[in-house]
Parts: sequence; C-alpha cells; structure tokens
Amino acid sequence: MKRVYPDKEYCIGCHLCELACITAHSKSKDLIIAFREERLKDGLDSCKKVFEKGDTCVAISCRHCDEPSCVAACISGGLHKDPETGRTVYDRNKCVGCWSCLMACPYGAIKRHPTESKIIKCDLCEGREEGPACVQACPNGALKFEERD
Amino acid sequence: MLFQPINKNYHEFCIDRDPDLCINCKVCVRQCSYEAHYWDETRQKVMHDNTKCVGCHRCEALCPTSALNIRNKPSDFRTNNLWRPVFLQNIYKQADTGGVLLAGMGSPVDIPVYWDRMLLDASQVTNPSIDPLREPMELKTFLGAKPRKLDFSVNKKTGKAKLKTKLTPQLELDVPIMFAAMSFGAINFNLHRAMARAATETGTFYNTGEGGLHKSLYKYGDHTIVQVASGRFGVHRDYLKAGAAIEIKVGQGAKPGIGGHLPGEKINDKVSETRMVPIGSDAISPAPHHDIYSIEDLLQLIYALKEASEYKSPVSVKIAAVHNVAAIASGIARAGADIITIDGMRGGTGAAPAMIRDNVGIPIELALSQVDQRLRDEGIRNNVSVVAAGGIRCSGDVIKAIALGADAVYIGTATLIAVGCTICGRCYTGKCPWGIATNDTKLSKRQNPDIAAKKLANLIRAWGHEIEEMLGGMGLNSIESLRGNRDKLRGVGISDTELDILGIKHAGR
Repeated sequence: MKRVYPDKEYCIGCHLCELACITAHSKSKDLIIAFREERLKDGLDSCKKVFEKGDTCVAISCRHCDEPSCVAACISGGLHKDPETGRTVYDRNKCVGCWSCLMACPYGAIKRHPTESKIIKCDLCEGREEGPACVQACPNGALKFEERD
Repeated sequence: MLFQPINKNYHEFCIDRDPDLCINCKVCVRQCSYEAHYWDETRQKVMHDNTKCVGCHRCEALCPTSALNIRNKPSDFRTNNLWRPVFLQNIYKQADTGGVLLAGMGSPVDIPVYWDRMLLDASQVTNPSIDPLREPMELKTFLGAKPRKLDFSVNKKTGKAKLKTKLTPQLELDVPIMFAAMSFGAINFNLHRAMARAATETGTFYNTGEGGLHKSLYKYGDHTIVQVASGRFGVHRDYLKAGAAIEIKVGQGAKPGIGGHLPGEKINDKVSETRMVPIGSDAISPAPHHDIYSIEDLLQLIYALKEASEYKSPVSVKIAAVHNVAAIASGIARAGADIITIDGMRGGTGAAPAMIRDNVGIPIELALSQVDQRLRDEGIRNNVSVVAAGGIRCSGDVIKAIALGADAVYIGTATLIAVGCTICGRCYTGKCPWGIATNDTKLSKRQNPDIAAKKLANLIRAWGHEIEEMLGGMGLNSIESLRGNRDKLRGVGISDTELDILGIKHAGR
C-alpha cells in the first residue's frame, strides 16, 4: 500500500506539513480560520508532529503498520485494520479515550485530542483527490507518498 | 532599545506583516537564519526586527498565508546624487568596524549591460527560417584546440579516407552552457551533487571551483572540470585525473587581482577533507599563483597539468576580464591552453571586498569581442576555445555571447537562482537561508539534491530550446554557424566607440 514516508535527511523543520494537515482536517478548509478558530474552539490538531533533536528533524505520523500495536491494544474496537486498503482506520464513535493506543504505538504517532477523550491519528487524507495534504505541502520533498517493499 | 547605536535605524529592509493574515505559526521564525523573526513570549505572538533582515525573502516564500512582504526601507536621507545612501551606510559601518566591506554575489552597480544593447537578427523572405521542432538543429559544441588543417590518407583498395591528423582532447557539450566554478565550501555538498547530476543528465559540464572534488562525486568525472587555483586546495593526482578537463584559475570576474576567500565558518569536516585544510580555518588563496609570473611560467603549469593527466584532458585557463584582456588571452593561447575562460566583472562570488567587486574589471561583452577579434587577427583562434562567463542571465545572453565569439558560456548566478537564490548577497556569512552558500547541516538540508538537480537540468533544457528557436529564426541550423557571426547582432543606443569595440553595426545599418 502507499504510505507517507518521511526523509530526515531533507526535513527542514518548517512545520508546514502540520499546517497542511490541520487545514485538510478542518471544517472550513481555510488555514487562517482553522488555525485561529477551529484549533482553539474545536480542539483541531495536526495528525503529524515534527520531532527535532539537534540538527535533525523529522515529521512523524501514523505509519499504518502491517501489524499495528495500537489495534492490538485497542479495548473498544475503535482502531482496526482495513483488510482491503491496508490502512489502520480510526472509528471515533467507538473510541472511549483510554489512550492504550498512545502507549502502544512505538513511533509516538498518535496524539491525544486536546479537548475530548478521543485521539488524533493520520487517515492519509482519505477521500482527498490530491493525496495526503502534508506531502503536497512539503517544500523540500521530504515527505513521499509511495509504495515501498 | 534605548541604548542602540545611532546608525541602527539605517537598515535596508522592512518586514511587513499583515495582521489579518498572520496566524503566528512561527514558520518564518524557523526559516530565518538571521533571527529577524522571533516569538515574543510576553506578547504571545511572532514579532520581527527589521534591522536583522537581509532581504532574502525566505520567510515570504514559505509563509503559508502570504502574510509577509519584504520591501526596501524608503531612505530618509536627503536626496543627493553624489552621496547616495549606500555610501553613507558603508561609511557608518566602517567607522564602527574599521574593516574591509565584504560582499557576496555579482556587482549590483550601474554599469552598462551590453546584452541589453544588442539585438538579434531573424530571417524574412529570402533566407527562410528553420523550425527546430520539424528540422534538425545542432547545439553540439566541442571545446578544445582545433587543428589548422586536416590530413587524410586514402586506402587505395577500398577508396575510403582515414583521418591522419591527431586531434587533441575535446570536451563534448550537448548544449553550449556549463555550470560555472563554485567550490564545494562556497556552496554545499548537496548542490555540488545536484550540479554533477544535472550536468551528466544534460550532457554538459560543471566546474568544481577551487575547493577540490569529494571522492563520492568522482563517478560524475566525465562531466566535471576540475579547477586548480592559487591556493591549490584539494589538488592531487587523483583529482586531476578525475575530471574531463582541468582549469587553471588565474582570476575571477568578481574579484580580479585577488584570490579566493572561504571563511572558516564554512569549513566543516567534509569541506576540510576535500580541501585539505583544517576545520574552521580560513581558506585564503594567494592573489597570484606563486609559480606564475609570466606567460612562460603559465606554459610550464599548463604542460605540467597536461603531463599529470597524460594529455587526456584539455587545459583551460580562466582569467578575469581586465583592461588588456585581449593581449593576455593571446599569451594564454600561445602558452598552450586549449580553452580560455573569460569572467566579466558582473560575475558572482561567495565573498569579495565590495570595493574590488564593484570597481575592478570590465564587462564581459567588451572583453569577449576583443579577445575573439584579437585571436582571429593573430590567426590563432582555432588554437583555443573561448568560454564567456560573468552575468549571463538568459538564453538571449547566451546566444549573443556566442555571436560575439564565445564557444560556450558558464552560468553561475543563474544556476543558484534556479535553486532559490534571491541574490541577497550575504553569501559570506555562511548563513544562507536558502541552504545554498552554507555548510551548516541544518541549513544545507534545505537543498534536496533530487529537487535541485531537476531544476538545474530543466534550466539547461529550457535555454537549449530557446536557443534552438532563436537559431532557427536566423535561418541557422547549427550553433557553429553563429559563433563569431557578428553580422547577426546590431547595437541600439550605444556610441560608435562601443560599436567598434563590440565589432557590430548599429541597428538600422
């Protein structure tokens, strides 16, 4: 399956992927409204996080693992693996906010929802024609959406 | 704030931040390597310090809401045609520091740009123009000495002719445009890799500059010109053999008469290894080559290098365009060089004293036409190829340079602009926000060689197409037919003396 692969060699730590993610997952689809209003009011947050250490930085989001620890840890059936698409799918309605998945994820790719007992996790911008917004926004080709062995 | 020096407000740029658009996302804060943007903890918002802005436009380019606009600060000085603001600012600066004014990139001073004063011809009615999309168009160029005549032997049985004359080594270019000498150190490894790849892909060459060649790039050697400059940085036997040609750098258009300067800030482990100098030490090349004080000395070095490369690589000599350039070029041709590179005064640099950059040398157009003419007059034009450099901005400039007598051109500044450079001219600080003139690991990451190589190859291809179109328009189907063909050029709005030096007629004649 196609996944988003970050490249730490060329990640410049600009955080534009996070902003693109917020916009893509907002109601307004407008960066300014999403960042200023929806973020504070609705707890809108990016599924992506740029980690930095020294000169190195890398943008991490859900890797849609073949054998996801988060799915195994999920107590409510809120996370499952779609056998067709291969994606790790999050069902917000089933989620009880126990954060087991957060602790199980070895990549730190799942975030707590800032205001609700829910999680925030990459859905690979499902339904978005141009593919994941973060990949499209990266100014340095440090995020690639592709099939790899 | 109260105790700032009196001249602190004489800064060059203003950062305009539109409060309706700015979302305080801090992208600008992270991008600015000069710390002009910062997060104000007290006000809980992004603020900026105009005095630190160098006008590179990196923040503007990456701002996701287009909230930023960088503009020149309108001068508050009383208008004075003699004492223009730049002179005042320089004097204030020097009165504070007591130092030489450093500058980066080519000279911004207002000297005539003759490219803009020359126009090309096109065919109408009698000599039909050629459509390069339908008919063959040849841009292939060979650099190197050409024989005066060719001898053949004919096989009496088969009647087939065979070339008897032994040809000297040639560089084969698919397009008469090469990436100019920019050393690894002045620009970073990612860009050297990108230039090497782009040159290989488009069938042309890039020049290492005087900083040596990193071992991992030896595989691109067939498209590399290795440079030997007065500091001899990074020069050893394997290096000389790694490239397809060797260039002796005597002078550089941006700083004729002085050697290269690479500040210690830009020398990291990889640069140090390639240049063979200690990490963090300034790499200052001597002004002259200490073994060249005459044409005879130059001849010795040329032949020493030919010997070292087993006569497989053509040897180029690069000089800055200065007053007696034609006579010097004649000497170089007679000293055995295969290629002469002439770098005009608008050529770029990573670091040069501003006074030298802005006041020394002559424009490439005048130098080029004079060199070509002199070599023709002396009957030695075929002994050398002439490469023009220094301020070539578009394919129109390239084709005019070729009509003036160049075999090919080098592009340096245009190469950097292709990968984002905005000519802010602070290359010497080592803090280039575009990740070009810096070896800082965090900043140089901003040049992804995959993207950069693609952009550079695109530029060469685009200019190649345009050159084909213009050639076709003139009814020519080969770049060879244009070389030194000044009848295809006309001058506009320039004096008789300038026309005479350029060897062209005025438009209308």
